[in-house]
Amino acid sequence: MIAEIGLAALWLAAALAALQLFAGFAGARVADGNTAIAALVRPAAVMQAVLCAVAFLSLLYVFAITDLSVKLVAVNSHSMKPLIFKLSGAWGNHEGSMLLWITVMALAGGLIALIERRLPERTMMATLCAQAFVALGFYAFLLLSSNPFERLREVPAEGNGLNPLLQDVGLAFHPPTLYIGYVGLSVAFSFAVAALLTRNVTPDFARVMRPWVLGAWIFLTIGITAGSYWAYYELGWGGWWFWDPVENASLMPWLAATALLHSVSVLAARDALRTWTIMLGVVAFSMSMVGTFLVRSGILTSVHAFAVDPERGSFILALLALYIGGALVIFALRANTIAEGERFNLVSREGALVVNNVALTSILGVVLLGTLYPLLTEAFDVRVSVGPPYFNPVSAIFFLPMMVVLMVGPLLRWRRDEFSRIIKPVALVAAIAFTVLIRVAIWNDIGILPMFGLAIAAGLAIASFAPLLKRALRRTPLAVWGMCIAHFGVAVALFGMAADTAFQQERLVATSVGDVVEVGPWTGRLDSVNAVAGPNWTAMQANMMVSYKGGPEREAHPQSRNFWTPQMETSEVALLTRWNGQLYVAVGNQAEDGRWQMRLWWKPFVTFIWYGGLLIALGGALALIGRVLGDLRRRRNEGEAEDEAGHDFEEVPA
Amino acid sequence: MNTGFKPKHQRLVLLLVAVAAMIGATLLAIYALRDQASYFYVPADIAANPPETGQAIRLGGMVETGSLATQADGVTIEFIVHDGEARVPVTFTGIRPALFVEGSGVVADGRMNADGVFVADNLLAKHDENYMPRELEGMTSDQIREEVQETVE
Repeated sequence: MIAEIGLAALWLAAALAALQLFAGFAGARVADGNTAIAALVRPAAVMQAVLCAVAFLSLLYVFAITDLSVKLVAVNSHSMKPLIFKLSGAWGNHEGSMLLWITVMALAGGLIALIERRLPERTMMATLCAQAFVALGFYAFLLLSSNPFERLREVPAEGNGLNPLLQDVGLAFHPPTLYIGYVGLSVAFSFAVAALLTRNVTPDFARVMRPWVLGAWIFLTIGITAGSYWAYYELGWGGWWFWDPVENASLMPWLAATALLHSVSVLAARDALRTWTIMLGVVAFSMSMVGTFLVRSGILTSVHAFAVDPERGSFILALLALYIGGALVIFALRANTIAEGERFNLVSREGALVVNNVALTSILGVVLLGTLYPLLTEAFDVRVSVGPPYFNPVSAIFFLPMMVVLMVGPLLRWRRDEFSRIIKPVALVAAIAFTVLIRVAIWNDIGILPMFGLAIAAGLAIASFAPLLKRALRRTPLAVWGMCIAHFGVAVALFGMAADTAFQQERLVATSVGDVVEVGPWTGRLDSVNAVAGPNWTAMQANMMVSYKGGPEREAHPQSRNFWTPQMETSEVALLTRWNGQLYVAVGNQAEDGRWQMRLWWKPFVTFIWYGGLLIALGGALALIGRVLGDLRRRRNEGEAEDEAGHDFEEVPA
Repeated sequence: MNTGFKPKHQRLVLLLVAVAAMIGATLLAIYALRDQASYFYVPADIAANPPETGQAIRLGGMVETGSLATQADGVTIEFIVHDGEARVPVTFTGIRPALFVEGSGVVADGRMNADGVFVADNLLAKHDENYMPRELEGMTSDQIREEVQETVE
């Protein structure tokens, strides 16, 4: 019964999306956006959000009670699973994840309809019309080819269970945050298309678009950071980024969103980069869809590829072509009607942000090409795989110069500036970076990329707070704090990546009980190996005592787990965290002679990678709060005293 | 300050900079891809057209039954990968994936050494047993190739 309610809610929501499409279109055609039928647009968007929420809750419910008559539950769940994995398992599969996608999209649409009042009504109608158009495609996809509520004629006695790699709290956080980010970019896309259609590319428009971009970007950042940490401890390979197609699929929208975030700030503050910002709005969501296509169609190798189903792949490909192609056609037709924005000097904040945008877009291109290359060559029957030897150096060629500009850019004034004005802080930062570079180049035998990474991280860590110099800290806008913290987060993450790459130490041994193993500053002793059991697995657990530089002993219990539904072996690593890094211990198979394979890594400062990611997201959150509060204040001022001189709010990039 | 371009042409200059950067990135990417992409080989390809020593490649095939042996250090394994036409000896140091067993399909990242042995950095076996290729008994080499390709996909 609940499943049927969910399905009915989805169909109703799709019908409302169709209504929203036509009513929005009618509204966007009249000058002031006010017609009788256009009055239906906002209620339709809000009701859609409610209905999708109902559908999603229904799915959660059938998973919670393990209703095995629902096909999706029978295929992907199991009554013996802990409740949290039953619930998160609802989106750990193709159909459920697409329902999550559409639900987030409907909620975002409902939210704009409910709270966004700053735009001209006509642009608003066009935005909601575009949003409905995008949503309709995904409703069709969900209802016609991936119905999550499909019933089974014969109810099985037990479900198939969830892929053990996914039975982790990571699944509860990683996909929802990432999806909020992906789909949040659909709002930016709709805004961009609406602005093109109604020829309304103004700083006011950018100020409306910015919080949405910022919000989506924050969630993307958290989602990628969480996913990286999850892969790090779950896969047992000791790596935090594999350049796996699916990781790239999440990185590409992030790169585009980061570029968009900066260019929309230029548009808001200085009325420049108009066309470029619109273009990025289209590109960012296109990258989300490309990512979804790559992941969901299963055409690339990955643990994320739930189902290899050519029909679904071609469906998403058709949607992709329709939306990206459609948006690009509109862009081509309308881009020349957007007047050129304000001019600026090369040495200026805008100039630095242009470098940021060009570099980010270039990295995006490099990653996109590397990800698609195996598909291209396969058309000629040549099989290749592309990995770190390509991605690391080629993206670094653009990334490192961008970091250098990042140290200087935030110090520059808008419109025009002179280097001589900021020579002191720049010289200081350059001296720090250079000292670190010389230091590691002479004393440490490390690769060229981590060497530059360490130097730039050191310089950037200082430079990121330089914009606060000579400011009254109490009166500094939250958005400026957000910018500084986010840039500092980049330095922290870069430091973690470089330090781990340069200084990590690894030991691979076969040990007997009682043996002592050393890795870097750590000494470990294997005390015993015994069998343990969980709710749906059994494991061999190695019990080790380890100590850092002869200090107090700590326990480590890595496991090699055997799940029985579905049958699968996973490695449960032991992580011992210190402020300056992590000891990573994995246990493998038992050799014929009774010894146990163990793999230990000492990873100095590896945790900084994820602290950095969280700092970047925190900076974004502060900027978002600052922006929203600023807007509220501005609106209140305008409401109270229309005739008073408008308060001049400082504009800084988020 | 004169920054080298007239304000009148700013939009054009910005456009050119962006286009130049994108073309540069694309050319660089294509150049690097030709060099850095690792090509997929089955043992028959290696026999017919051996890759350069040290060149990163991917090797796919079936693990020959009875060929798997562990060295004295307890963490290095040796085995033979075949595709019904040719055989390639492989060594791997590390914790082998759970689904890696004799008679199953495997894909290995690594390179050929001077002795004609494939040194694997990484063994990929499908995470889910449902995706594993079936036993190879009685299969033609073409069928095995198909199975190997399934393992890769």
